[in-house]
Amino acid sequence: MNVLVYLLPIALSLGLLGLGAFLWSLKSGQYDDLDGAAVRILDDDDVRRN
Amino acid sequence: MSPAFDYSALVETRPDGVRHLDLVIEGITCAACIGDIERGLACLPELEKARLNYTNRRLAAEWRVADFDPMRVISRLAELGYKAHPFEPSREEEIEAAEMRFLLRCLAVAGFAAMNIMLLSVSVWSGNASDITEETRDFFHWISALIALPTAAYAGQPFFRNAFRAIRARSMTMDVPISLGVTLALGMSLYETIHHAHHAYFDSAVMLLFFLLLGRVLDQVMRRKTRAVAGNLLALRGETAVVLGDGGAAREVPLKAVRPGDRVLVLPGDRVSVDGIVLDGSSSVDASLVTGETAHAPVGPGALVYAGAVNLDGALTVQVTAAAEGTLLDEVNRLVETAANARSRYLRLADRAARIYSPIVHVTALATAIGWMLLGAGLHDALITAIAVLIITCPCALALAVPATQVVASGSLFRAGVLLQTGDAIERMAACDTIVFDKTGTLTTPEPRVVNAGEIAPDLLEAACRLALSSRHPLAAALAGQALGRSPFPGAREEAGHGVVAQLGPEPGAIEARLGSPTFCGAEAQATAALAGAPDATVIAVRVGERRAVMLMHQVLRPDAAAVVADLRRRGFRIAILSGDREQPVADAAQALGVDEWRSGLKPGGKIDALAAMAAQGRRVLMVGDGLNDAPALAAAHASISPVTAAHLAQSSADALFLGERLRPVADAVVLARTAHAVMRQNLGIAVVYNLIAVPLAIMGHVTPLIAAAAMSGSSIIVTLNALRARLPGREPEQGSPVSATPTRPFVSTQRPARAAP
Repeated sequence: MNVLVYLLPIALSLGLLGLGAFLWSLKSGQYDDLDGAAVRILDDDDVRRN
Repeated sequence: MSPAFDYSALVETRPDGVRHLDLVIEGITCAACIGDIERGLACLPELEKARLNYTNRRLAAEWRVADFDPMRVISRLAELGYKAHPFEPSREEEIEAAEMRFLLRCLAVAGFAAMNIMLLSVSVWSGNASDITEETRDFFHWISALIALPTAAYAGQPFFRNAFRAIRARSMTMDVPISLGVTLALGMSLYETIHHAHHAYFDSAVMLLFFLLLGRVLDQVMRRKTRAVAGNLLALRGETAVVLGDGGAAREVPLKAVRPGDRVLVLPGDRVSVDGIVLDGSSSVDASLVTGETAHAPVGPGALVYAGAVNLDGALTVQVTAAAEGTLLDEVNRLVETAANARSRYLRLADRAARIYSPIVHVTALATAIGWMLLGAGLHDALITAIAVLIITCPCALALAVPATQVVASGSLFRAGVLLQTGDAIERMAACDTIVFDKTGTLTTPEPRVVNAGEIAPDLLEAACRLALSSRHPLAAALAGQALGRSPFPGAREEAGHGVVAQLGPEPGAIEARLGSPTFCGAEAQATAALAGAPDATVIAVRVGERRAVMLMHQVLRPDAAAVVADLRRRGFRIAILSGDREQPVADAAQALGVDEWRSGLKPGGKIDALAAMAAQGRRVLMVGDGLNDAPALAAAHASISPVTAAHLAQSSADALFLGERLRPVADAVVLARTAHAVMRQNLGIAVVYNLIAVPLAIMGHVTPLIAAAAMSGSSIIVTLNALRARLPGREPEQGSPVSATPTRPFVSTQRPARAAP
């Protein structure tokens, strides 16, 4: 069962990575306008047509 | 005259030199508007950021250049077809936004920890039943402890803080047993881990935090949504005042920037936005929002005017005063304060439950420990069993029973057009058996209506409505609300204080159309004749060519008032009217609604006395009112609702606001409050039944961590599912429901005073 000694920390740090990503997105205001985010994605005017 | 609008009071300058202004945008109908607005503002190069929040219909504009005039943003938006109202987030809204972010962070941390610990715990549980080695179990327990302890220290803060505050105030809230349960569970688990035991309760403690935080976050989401709509509505009222400088220069400023001692100009047709003494000018005012009195009162130099009154005839210069002793405002403020103090003693259902629950649980745990020791068990085993009792009774379901219902019910009310302002509004409304209405602005529409439409030629009435679209006068705005999709006449212009003029038809031989005072339209004779029959009405005249007509404007009952009152009476409510208006109009309204219990001519104190008399008979009163004079009664009643058009002080004293022209939301609110209250009590019942089953098991020492986890999450889910029943029965949300973030109802716009044309 020695494999657990390094597998568990790896699994936990992956989880922590997810938690960190959520906290970052919260801090950068990505949850301030949920309705807006849902419709902004449909707007493709920022894509330049060649 | 169009005084320049002064935005400096609303622009926030950050330390890095960025200037920030928030605007509420009216007229956003679909997602395409986001692009329209943001690209449309790109032509202002000074603007560094212009981002629209589609959820709450607010635009954040930021720039650095000191002399950039934010008026350009507003006029650019006007070109694009959107109306923008400068807006300042209220202090409460900022605090709640910060609280929301904190709760979300706590929730995320607790969620992460709960999932990982559960992963380890499930391994231990299955290992305990098969062949886990002692080393592996200890290793898993230690890792669980490593995750759980910091998590509880961080994510438990909202509960620990409140619990600490409650203990210091020597009161009891649900947070106290929660904090105690979590702390003991962690402490015991750590002790057991050190001593290589089979069981640890880390997963229970963290899962409990996760569930409870979820409840609090949902509650906060609902509250923020309500608060944002209320804030937008306030911004749409756009209350400003025209302040006269020393040199006589006029500038329009947001209400917040007005100081006592300032001289404020109130043009005819404008709503008085400040309290003060008239220095100059004479006019008559419609003070129905202040006193409930529908007859107009003449004012001259020295007279007191209050915010909310409408200036009808002549320009007034008003000196702003703070609430001086002996004035109506002073009396109202004093009464509101007394009433609010009395009300804060109300004990919420959840806290009452906590008060009964905590002692019982803690005594049971103590008895368990003593009982086991008497039966010969060791101190360690006795204590472990006692703590298991505390963990299993940790009030997860109990603490979710009320908030979960609250969230579902306030969401349902929100869709019905009722904004809850206080946390205990539902509980208090549910207890009411008597509903007391104010008349003016509550049972009646806040703005007058044409009462003699039948006697006027339809084409003249239509012309009047279209002319009214070009005016800012409150009477005209009421008329414009009936224009129903017709467009204003091109080239129509307003002559301030007189009326609107437009030329109809092609240039040579155009017919002149006028809307305004009878003098302006040359219809004095007709006006005198019409007024003879209805002395309370206000007259507005229209002239097209040589044809003239006068319209009598009068406040009428809300369209569904009679139906709603009848419905409420059928449901067993006693209905009464307490009005500050004269006897005759109140008697008429009472008769039309079939209400026999009514009183007229009441002062603010009189309303409170009447409510106190009802309370003395054991009746619980729901007060519905809108005037400044209703504010004390709203604060004193067991529960209260205001229309969103109400005076400021009335709004802030009320438990809830209702939107729209109909009275229906009031009935919906009381009915739903009763349903929600029943569900809350039922939920508490479920929590008690859960404890009755779980506690004996815990006392006998049969509760393993697995049983604790299953029981706690099971009871929480049952309670939450049951809470979903607290909704209005069988009502689909209407298309274009009354609560869009920016309602474009005519009655809201009548509240808007003159705004300088760009």
